[in-house]
Amino acid sequence: MNALDLAKQLQARFGNLISEPTEFRGEVTVTVADAERIAEVCDAAKRDLGFDFLLDITSIDNYGDDPRWTLVYHLYGLGHRCHLRLKTHVSEEKSELPTVTGVWRTADWHEREIYDMMGIRFRGHPDLRRILMWEGYPYFPLRKDFPLAGKPSEVPEVAFTEAAPLEGGPFVTLPGGRDAIEREPRVRTPET
Amino acid sequence: MKTVTEFGYDSRIEGDVVYTRLDAALNWFRKNSLWPMPMGLACCAIELMAAGASRFDIARFGAEVMRFSPRQSDVMIVAGTVTYKMALVVKRLYEQMAEPKWVIAMGACASTGGMYRSYAVLQGVDKIIPVDVYVAGCPPRPEALLDALMKLQQKVQREPLLATLKRPGPALPKT
Repeated sequence: MNALDLAKQLQARFGNLISEPTEFRGEVTVTVADAERIAEVCDAAKRDLGFDFLLDITSIDNYGDDPRWTLVYHLYGLGHRCHLRLKTHVSEEKSELPTVTGVWRTADWHEREIYDMMGIRFRGHPDLRRILMWEGYPYFPLRKDFPLAGKPSEVPEVAFTEAAPLEGGPFVTLPGGRDAIEREPRVRTPET
Repeated sequence: MKTVTEFGYDSRIEGDVVYTRLDAALNWFRKNSLWPMPMGLACCAIELMAAGASRFDIARFGAEVMRFSPRQSDVMIVAGTVTYKMALVVKRLYEQMAEPKWVIAMGACASTGGMYRSYAVLQGVDKIIPVDVYVAGCPPRPEALLDALMKLQQKVQREPLLATLKRPGPALPKT
């Protein structure tokens, strides 16, 4: 049994909902067309295909494209030792999809982190609070339109943030430069 | 630099009696039993632990009693990166410490935010609590922390203790 077979089984079960599996460097990815059914697909992957371990959930900000959000679920089976990656898309207007905490309890903190950093909400999550930033912080800092230095904010009597002085940064190291001057951290705009 | 002798010695009464001022004596007691509140937040805390261990031995300065309760500690050693989320806790713990209290900002992060020019990191713990001594370094060596402790001891020794004791502080109701 390998990951490709398991992906095919998932596809056979859900039909058009699951895309044709793509394989890149031995890693198998399928796209789930409807984010509303992600919990259902995950439940089947766990109960019937033995993906009993949720490694991680990550989110991608495709800033400027539609749909804006991509969510990536990294699944692993301790029994058959196969990895499977599920991707699904959520539009910016919606920014919401069902939780998978009912399938794997470990999804609790992964989903809280995505909510904190990207502002994507998980419907049915038992405790959807911020996990890294303080409660009441008004922004979602890993969005592409959020500056690295941060934005000033203040919640009276609770907490505040200030923009960090970047002094012309961020300072980027370029590996493979001709000399040390070219390699060392310098102010570099993303274009140059 | 002018040195001030805080203790008088009289050869006629050889060793039994020492003259001093009351505030100098009280400050002397205070400065040699500064109990730290270790706010170990990042790698500086490792150096703080080294300062407490046998090689560097912070006990030589009477500051070996790391108190994990703010109510029993005198000096908060902020050792590490203060994120905005942790800043709420640092401030709360500082406010729970009983007067008199002092703060050492240990390392670049606690002093200025250090290399973390980021949305998540408080750019210096002095934005929320008053800092007495800053220690440079990333992380500072234990000697640097001990030097800061000695600087703080000099500061404590110079405090006009009796004048501040007679003045009602913000916590005492004015009668």
